[in-house]
Amino acid sequence: MNARLSLTSIVLLLALSFAGTALAVKPDEVLPDPTLEARARALSEGLRCMVCQNQSIDESDADLARDLRVLVRQRLVAGDTDQQVMDYVVSRYGEFVLLKPRFDLRNALLWGTPVLLLLVGGGFIVLTARSRRVLATNALTTEEQAALDKILGN
Amino acid sequence: MVETGHFALVLAFALSLVQTVVPLFGARLNNQRLMAVGGPVAVTGFALTALSFAALASAYASSDFSVASVWENSHSLQPLIYKITGTWGNHEGSMLLWVLILTFFGALVAAFGSNLPATLRANVLAVQGAIGAAFFLFILATSNPFIRLNPAPIEGRDLNPILQDLGLAIHPPFLYLGYVGFSICFSFSVAALIEGRIDASWARWVRPWTLVAWMFLTGGIAMGSYWAYYELGWGGFWFWDPVENASFMPWLAGTALLHSAIVMEKRSALKIWTLLLAILTFSLSLLGTFLVRSGVLTSVHAFATDPTRGVFILCILTLFIGGSLALFALRASRLTTGGLFQPISREGALVLNNLFLTTATATVLVGTLYPLAVEAFSADKISVGAPFFNLTFGPLMVPLLLVVPFGPLLAWKRGDVFAVAQRLMAAFAAALLATLVTALFIDGASVFAALGVGLAVWLILGALTDLAVKSGVGNVAAGIMVRRLLGLPRSVFGTAFAHLGLGLTTLGIVGTLCFGTEKILSMHAGETVELSGHTLRFVGLHPAQGPNYSEDLGRFELIGVSGSPVGEISSAKRFYPVRQMTTTESGIRTIGFSQLYISLGDEGNDGSVVVRLWWKPLVTLIWGGGLMMMAGAAMSLMDRRLRVGAPSRRRKQASAVPSATLP
Repeated sequence: MNARLSLTSIVLLLALSFAGTALAVKPDEVLPDPTLEARARALSEGLRCMVCQNQSIDESDADLARDLRVLVRQRLVAGDTDQQVMDYVVSRYGEFVLLKPRFDLRNALLWGTPVLLLLVGGGFIVLTARSRRVLATNALTTEEQAALDKILGN
Repeated sequence: MVETGHFALVLAFALSLVQTVVPLFGARLNNQRLMAVGGPVAVTGFALTALSFAALASAYASSDFSVASVWENSHSLQPLIYKITGTWGNHEGSMLLWVLILTFFGALVAAFGSNLPATLRANVLAVQGAIGAAFFLFILATSNPFIRLNPAPIEGRDLNPILQDLGLAIHPPFLYLGYVGFSICFSFSVAALIEGRIDASWARWVRPWTLVAWMFLTGGIAMGSYWAYYELGWGGFWFWDPVENASFMPWLAGTALLHSAIVMEKRSALKIWTLLLAILTFSLSLLGTFLVRSGVLTSVHAFATDPTRGVFILCILTLFIGGSLALFALRASRLTTGGLFQPISREGALVLNNLFLTTATATVLVGTLYPLAVEAFSADKISVGAPFFNLTFGPLMVPLLLVVPFGPLLAWKRGDVFAVAQRLMAAFAAALLATLVTALFIDGASVFAALGVGLAVWLILGALTDLAVKSGVGNVAAGIMVRRLLGLPRSVFGTAFAHLGLGLTTLGIVGTLCFGTEKILSMHAGETVELSGHTLRFVGLHPAQGPNYSEDLGRFELIGVSGSPVGEISSAKRFYPVRQMTTTESGIRTIGFSQLYISLGDEGNDGSVVVRLWWKPLVTLIWGGGLMMMAGAAMSLMDRRLRVGAPSRRRKQASAVPSATLP
């Protein structure tokens, strides 16, 4: 991995992280039941290929990704719900496989940042706008300012 | 030649130190002669860096494998174009390109900055010189591209096959012009803080630089997205990969900066915020450089085992971000605020734009760094991927996009939201109609898809409404209207073009994500397949030989309504023997704004081939919209007030800048 890294330039790491991708899902993996297959695809998009960089198992060509895809389909055929499949995969491979981190205390800052910033930023803007409104009513109009500039010889 | 380049690089480093120290002291002592040193030194520094870069490029072009970097990243059989682009297709060369562009912008300030006040110009060049010095030292100490091998190897190790593409010729230079272009805004901000003075004319100097940087960054990101789309063989156009995020964060912050600089220039308001945003935008560029260059993205632990480069960039990062923010904390209170406005006004709309864009930037930043933080502070590892960003970034963009058409139509200082809503009535009705038509008449359209189409139509027609209203459609005779339209300031067109581009990109994304279809199957030669109304016949797989690769070329015929072929698409699997790597060359045919996309997989034992087909409706609009945004930036740059007339510092008139309403 390191040797590969040293060979790339800034942006190209992007391309490299998907190196060797040919095709992900193969025809022989596809389930005969289209609704079950659709569920499998949806679940696959949320599971990380552990040996790739930031790639889901649905997109990856790696053997491990294929194993996981087959595993997901096996569980679905066996009658698991989506949540049961995910829980099963996490119990085997750890939370690292989830591309969407869980809502828990450790990830509070991660999920909370957008909401928090929007509230704090919005609140700040509303407060400044309020204090400014008072100033704005006292400010000179364009005409007054122009007259003043004329007097001052600007 | 190689030694000349090496020597020039060392000299450029020395000059960057001179450029940092002398003008800075000159400005402190108000000594004209010391301050005047900055300009010529900046230009000479750029010339030396260019010489150094040319030396490296010529070593690459002539396959001089006695240079370690060439040996590692080139091969004598490569086509000449890839030999040359390989110059920056590696760590050392790309860092040299980085400083080349940095010194280029410094030289531009020196060349076109004659109308700047002498002290401001000196300080800007000094800050620019300091950034240069840090990176020159980084290159010389940890990433020297001119290191020789003795004895010289006979043959090189080839450029990574994925990089052997025209994309490498355009994408990194554009991206760097953007990324590094923001260094000028940073230098202007730090210079203003050093001087303790900032006014509307400052914004007028900074805005063109922001526009240039933003234009190239937009192009670079769009080009990178298209490159990944066709090169990686599975038709994705955005992956929320940390490396992409590294370039996306400066873009988001730069977009916010572009808008707040308008408020500052026109209305003298948001000064402190604009200054902070300029610092943050370039800080994010530096952070991106650190993330990608240090190897920290693969794993915190990989970074810890070979930390030389990473720690060096981290030091640069701390020095410049920490230093500028500390200076900001010390001096910002000295700067005066001005330009009062009501919440409902063009300024108010731009503040809202900034609120959403900065929140979005922070979201991407936290999402990118969170896995690193978790790994560093606990034994666990987590992933933050596309589903997270879609859930957070998406909802942040929707309200922003909804209010975009209002912004340019609102008046400065105090706007009338009902009057603007009235003018946008036609656009709103059309967007509503588009939503309903999509929901009712297009098969498989979800509620989200219909709303997405509506949003895109709203953006596109909103941008056109802006032009229509300002040229007086419906109020004046056609002849006068055309004359008014042509007489509008270029920046009005710039805004409309950029917002139109945003709408097109939105439409492309919605079209591809919501209406795209896919088929995966095994095909024998002669078989046909149908996808979203297009019939394709697989002609067969043929071996072929390239200059430095062998390939299996799969040919497909597009069958027309009459049953005879109307076109051909070929997709290939290439094998590069030097690196033992396989790449997919996707077959793409553009039909209208949409594309058919074919990718080849493994061959079966019975002579069949796995084929993956996609129909990607409106997909070209994603990048077409990016080009449109670039055109908008170019239009704004051509605006009269940026082109002619040296901006002059107003004498103590900050609160009385006439509200520049349009004719």
